[in-house]
Amino acid sequence: MTAMQKLLQLPVNAVNMVKTVQSQVQGQEEDKSPVLTPDSGQQAWYSALQPDELRHLRSGGTGGGGGGDQEERAPLEEGGGGGGGGFQTQPLRHDDLKEMLDSNKDSLKLEAMKRIVAMIARGKNASDLFPAVVKNVACKNIEVKKLVYVYLVRYAEEQQDLALLSISTFQRGLKDPNQLIRASALRVLSSIRVTIIVPIMMLAIKEAASDMSPYVRKTAAHAIPKLYSLDPEQKDQLIEVIEKLLADKTTLVAGSVVMAFEEVCPERIDLIHKNYRKLCNLLIDVEEWGQVVIINMLTRYARTQFLNPNINESLLEEGGSGDKTFYGSDEDEDEDEEEKEKKAEAAAMAKRKPYVMDPDHRLLLRNTKPLLQSRNAAVVMAVAQLYFHLAPKAEVGVIAKALVRLLRSHSEVQYVVLQNVATMSIKRRGMFEPYLKSFYIRSTDPTQIKVLKLEVLTNLANETNISTILREFQTYIKSMDKDFVAATIQAIGRCATNISEVRDTCLNGLVQLLSNRDELVVAESVVVIKKLLQMQPEKHSDIIKHMAKLTDNIQVPMARASILWLIGEYCEHVPKIAPDVLRKMAKSFTNEEDIVKLQIINLAAKLYLTNSKQTKLLTQYVLNLAKYDQNYDIRDRARFIRQLIVPTEKSGALSKYAKKLFLALKPAPVLESPFKDRDHFQLGSLSHLLNAKAGGYQELPDWPEAAPDPSVRNVEVFTLLERVTTLTSVPEWTKCSSREKRKEKKVEKPFYTDSEGESGPTESADSESDSASGSESSSGSEESGSGSESEESKEASESEEEEEEEEEEQKKKKKKDLKKPVQESESEQSSEEEERKHQRKSKPRKSESESESDEDEESESESSQSESEDSESEAEVKKKKKTAESKPPPKPLKKESKKEKKEMSLLDLDDFEPAPSPQVTPVNTFLSNSLVTDLEGLSLSDSVLSPATIAPSSALKSYELLHRITGEGLSVEYCFSRQPFSPDANMVAVQMQFTNSASSDTKNLHIEDVKLQSGMRVKEFPEIELLPAGETATAVMGIDFCDSTQAANFQLCTHTRKFFVSIQPPVGELMRPVFLTENEFKKEQGQLMGMNEITEKLTLDVKCRNEHAIVQRVTTAANLSRVPCGSDKECRFAGRTVTSGSLVLVTVATKEEGAAQLTVNCEKMVIGTMLVKDILQALTQ
Amino acid sequence: MTPCRVNVKRWQAEMIHSLFVINHLGDIFLEKHWKSVISRSVCDYFFEAREKAVDPENVPPVLQTPHHYLISIYRGKLFFLSVIQTEVPPLFVIEFLHRVADTFQDYFGECSESVISDNVVIVYELLEEMLDNGFPLATESNVLKEMIRPPNILRSVVNTLTGGSNVGETLPQGQLSNIPWRRAGVKYTNNEAYFDVTEEIDAIVDKSGTTVSAEIQGVIEACVKLSGMPDLTMSFMNPRLLDDVSFHPCVRFRRWESERVLSFIPPDGNFTLMTYHISSQNLVAIPVYVKQSISFFEAGSCGRLDITIGPKQTMGKTVEDLKVTVHMPKAVLNANLTASQGNYTYDFTTKLLVWDIGKLNPQKLPNLRGSLSMQTGVPNPEENPSLNIDLKIQQLAISGLKVSRLDMYGETYKPFKGVKYVTKAGKFQVRT
Repeated sequence: MTAMQKLLQLPVNAVNMVKTVQSQVQGQEEDKSPVLTPDSGQQAWYSALQPDELRHLRSGGTGGGGGGDQEERAPLEEGGGGGGGGFQTQPLRHDDLKEMLDSNKDSLKLEAMKRIVAMIARGKNASDLFPAVVKNVACKNIEVKKLVYVYLVRYAEEQQDLALLSISTFQRGLKDPNQLIRASALRVLSSIRVTIIVPIMMLAIKEAASDMSPYVRKTAAHAIPKLYSLDPEQKDQLIEVIEKLLADKTTLVAGSVVMAFEEVCPERIDLIHKNYRKLCNLLIDVEEWGQVVIINMLTRYARTQFLNPNINESLLEEGGSGDKTFYGSDEDEDEDEEEKEKKAEAAAMAKRKPYVMDPDHRLLLRNTKPLLQSRNAAVVMAVAQLYFHLAPKAEVGVIAKALVRLLRSHSEVQYVVLQNVATMSIKRRGMFEPYLKSFYIRSTDPTQIKVLKLEVLTNLANETNISTILREFQTYIKSMDKDFVAATIQAIGRCATNISEVRDTCLNGLVQLLSNRDELVVAESVVVIKKLLQMQPEKHSDIIKHMAKLTDNIQVPMARASILWLIGEYCEHVPKIAPDVLRKMAKSFTNEEDIVKLQIINLAAKLYLTNSKQTKLLTQYVLNLAKYDQNYDIRDRARFIRQLIVPTEKSGALSKYAKKLFLALKPAPVLESPFKDRDHFQLGSLSHLLNAKAGGYQELPDWPEAAPDPSVRNVEVFTLLERVTTLTSVPEWTKCSSREKRKEKKVEKPFYTDSEGESGPTESADSESDSASGSESSSGSEESGSGSESEESKEASESEEEEEEEEEEQKKKKKKDLKKPVQESESEQSSEEEERKHQRKSKPRKSESESESDEDEESESESSQSESEDSESEAEVKKKKKTAESKPPPKPLKKESKKEKKEMSLLDLDDFEPAPSPQVTPVNTFLSNSLVTDLEGLSLSDSVLSPATIAPSSALKSYELLHRITGEGLSVEYCFSRQPFSPDANMVAVQMQFTNSASSDTKNLHIEDVKLQSGMRVKEFPEIELLPAGETATAVMGIDFCDSTQAANFQLCTHTRKFFVSIQPPVGELMRPVFLTENEFKKEQGQLMGMNEITEKLTLDVKCRNEHAIVQRVTTAANLSRVPCGSDKECRFAGRTVTSGSLVLVTVATKEEGAAQLTVNCEKMVIGTMLVKDILQALTQ
Repeated sequence: MTPCRVNVKRWQAEMIHSLFVINHLGDIFLEKHWKSVISRSVCDYFFEAREKAVDPENVPPVLQTPHHYLISIYRGKLFFLSVIQTEVPPLFVIEFLHRVADTFQDYFGECSESVISDNVVIVYELLEEMLDNGFPLATESNVLKEMIRPPNILRSVVNTLTGGSNVGETLPQGQLSNIPWRRAGVKYTNNEAYFDVTEEIDAIVDKSGTTVSAEIQGVIEACVKLSGMPDLTMSFMNPRLLDDVSFHPCVRFRRWESERVLSFIPPDGNFTLMTYHISSQNLVAIPVYVKQSISFFEAGSCGRLDITIGPKQTMGKTVEDLKVTVHMPKAVLNANLTASQGNYTYDFTTKLLVWDIGKLNPQKLPNLRGSLSMQTGVPNPEENPSLNIDLKIQQLAISGLKVSRLDMYGETYKPFKGVKYVTKAGKFQVRT
């Protein structure tokens, strides 16, 4: 080896690449270009931040180097072989590349760069080309430039000093007017891992963090962790930048900055407070990868800031043990006393102070829920874990469906999801039970998936579904995949221990498996049976006997050991067989596996203690064999046992207790899921998957005992709106929705003034009575959140506005086809007003959106108000601010008063629910009705009955069931009393009036031989024992028509005759009225569009042109209740079908000259169509 | 001379550190590092696990090594292996790797070793753009295509002649846009939008013919070639069928929530608009029934096989491309069968019996029967192999889903619109 070689190789071995190149170049220079002094050359390397010097380098350093290489490498090629390997042999080929890179043609440069990148991709070393490549960093050709960047990022770390040459290019790029160039310069600059440039990077990041372009700011956020990993000293400065970027309002930045936060300062949870609500509201528009990071971070945040929503439940579980058993292995069974006490205390506290969810907590849950629909499995999983860790027990269920959907994805996704489902299914079994079948196993599943599914199935097993699960297991046992069969047997064992009802069945099944041909199956069964037998050995001595026989055949050590242990443990159950087994074992002792030998010794010891007469010699023999065994464990055991069981003078007090030691009652093993308690790791995390803490894992904190101050999350209004978001930040769809809103406002204008007064109070009624209002208000507030942003964006660019207007027009057109979404109406109204105000006063935008959100809040119900975008306290702040700004005060006042007024009317409504539809529900209500049926059973005299049953209402139409003539004097009429049928709410009450116009009495009037369509049911009226001649009697029967107009056929029997009769309901009788507010009505109507909506134009009957008449005719035709409506041009009615409870909504909109439009919205399309026909008829005739 | 700089290995927090692409022979033919280089010897742990698992499918997707974690996916006979050092949601990485594979597929038509090696520069450029410092940056194919043009023959010819390049000359605006999935300035002479509604039936049918579980996995794939910024609205006849859905990010979720209408500005080109899942709680129509008897005789070392397939609930459509695949037990040496329709093949080495039937004729039901010759001296297999059914029904979505209309707003031209329905068998298994 030449000295030169050594010089070249040493640095390589020392992994100091910088030196390599330097010395290399230096060497070349000394060798080949004596003209250039080494000194001047080196200076060029170090301070080469000027483009001039770059040129200098090009002409001098590498140009010479290129030529010098060949001669220099020649000896290397010969001597090469060992040492540096690739490094030495490659450079020869690189000469052409260098030449190409030095040429003036971009195409040559490109070709060279492509080849270099291909080398990098294959993992070949191309570091010696660094000088030649780095010169091209300022190349005009974009592709060359990009590839140079690729190269630079790859090798800069190894060639730090040379890399410095490129810095000035990037620094110039940072000042470029084009945001994309700025961003890309920052990206590459921050990717060069050269410590010297840390200050430059810091400066660049700081500048970029306040760049106008959100894209550049995003890049700055990406650069933060890069700089941090390069130099952790910068942490404090970086945190400042993070803090600044966290306040950014654009979706583009949000994901990246949270990622930076997680990597640099995850412990600084306090930085999140002010941005919490913003992050929640932006979340849905952040790109998918950012969503995952944000959701995971917010999960941790929520755990530190909010109270455990299940605190009351844990109290319940603690108190009612019945509940606990129902949920099986639910929680903390083996909790120690102390913890229990603590829990009880907490529970007691909770009892004193009922749990109220922090509105911010609710906000998070609500805003993450739609993301369960993401196409990205990671996002779905992130939301799922958030719900699992944060949501009240009752709400966690929503994630099950989405997780089950993921099971259809790639097998890797399945693998991870199943792991998490397995953990979840232990704590929340009920959640996945409906999806049991989705976990059934196919023979084509990979084994690891099979085993995980099996785990889930086992976790889901309970008394009700165990039989189906066991039937599935039976199929699995026959599988060709033996690992899977073994896992199945284990699973059966676990089911058997957990569910005592099936223990015997399982045991029998397993015993049958003992005769399986596959040894692995038998062995696994033996092991599981052993565990099961331990629970109740006395019952199963025959199984033990059977297993004893197996020792002749089974060779699997674990199984043999298990059998021996069983026989030893329960030798009193098999007194005759046990010694014989020991005899056989003694014979084969030397050939057994260690684990079996140990059990033989155990067996011998136990037998010696119980039955020393027969086994003394055998035991001694075995112990002697063991004494000379190769394995020291076995020798030890033998020595130890001999001392214990064979009393000698030397053996101490212990031998007295030998029996106790060996024959102590052993507790049955608890077969537990390996996934038990894994949920102390945050689900979906790597640590959870590995069941071990991974580096950088942030523990999921426990819930705080008392909630920290929620006001920290309050944001001063002006800071929130300070930044003018650029147009790019607004996701297209939000703009659209707000546009829609605006447009709809215009459409709805005449209606608006009326509805405003109503919307507030009626909504608050919802919050008390109707659970559905939750979702409504949620969509409302979310909309408003994004709405404010879009307002801003509108301001931001004129052209955008024009475009929007165009679109608005189109939207209007569209309007004709599509019914407007009712949910949006409230926020629309408020924001419309906003807009108007804005137009009138041209107020500063700040106050605009402020008041917008304010308004939103007021229009929301109480509960949803507190949950909405801004918390109450914030609203208060705002209110104060508003008054301070001396906004026209009458408005809120007016609202307030309206609210009060409305609340009163609401009370009315609540108390007298049927009030709005007086024709429909007559005054004699449920009680009397049920009383009637009861009394009828007692067959009181008719005179008492009839007035109570027959509601003397003109609205009720009577139908003939049996004519006097065909009935031979008995005539029956029936009407639909429109009263709830108390024995069964799903039935329509049919009131029958029997008139006996014959001369003789009729006896034993009753129903027989009911013939019904499937699903229909009839509740007969109690038999009328006697109907004297000339008398009239009334009875009520209930028929469940299953929401169809199929007739109910039956026989009406008297003591002498039978009459075939049938009752066919008009479609209007298949429903019962429900009370809806106008808003609810509109919301529901919005969900029943398309096929569920039928519209018909009609001309009203001359007598029916006033509102009253319409209402009367409609309610006569159908059992509906009137929905209050602001407009006098519209009458609305609502009802639900009796059986399925599907909503039926009817709208009659009148126009001039008796023209009208009838709209029926109903999920049941058949009912809808028929109803349209009936009402049409009622209104036109 | 500069002082010797010691490269300190520090705890580095980032998501994906390095990516290795490995072919089925275990050769690493592509590597990319987003941070400091990690030696490829780290893959040895993976190879070890690969050895242990008999099937490539059985390699655990997540492996732990002393200093790193390896997360891998298996796609198209290739392993994409990512190296990470710290806590990261595993699904995050898995999903990203699949997105990488999807992008390759999208760019090159397939995702195979040869195609990746041939286009290694584009692959590298793509990877560079998709991940910044281990964190996903641009994963939308429309954005990527704006920056890095997919290869096509014409352009590569032109490029070699003129020295042009694959990299877009214009700067990518997509990343800045509020609708990152759509590139700007799209122009077509023929404006068309096609939607394929494909439903796959996943079912397990037991020996007696009763359905153990059945689900439908539906997907609406779109190929939209529309100029400008069209705003589409798709409505369904019976949207209530869809209770579990996932959307492309372009779909306005709230519109769906309130009106059950898909409203979206589509990406340009091919994309998956929506997937839906109709779970086993609902009733799922099973299009065919299978009558089968497979038995192995203890004596004589032979077995009998008799399979008949008939239509069950086909909604009046023809069942096509019917195929039965049986994974026979090891002991089956050969099959001597006669098929009343179609052909059958038995691969001795893989033990795979494939019966390709084709169209199902309801008048004359296809039948396959005959004997199986077994290895002598080997105990009979106790489990009968299960049958995997493949089938296709054109012009039918078995769930009954129907698109009622598709409207376009935002542009003035009249696009050509088309919807196609196909029902296929997914994981359709008949136990015997």
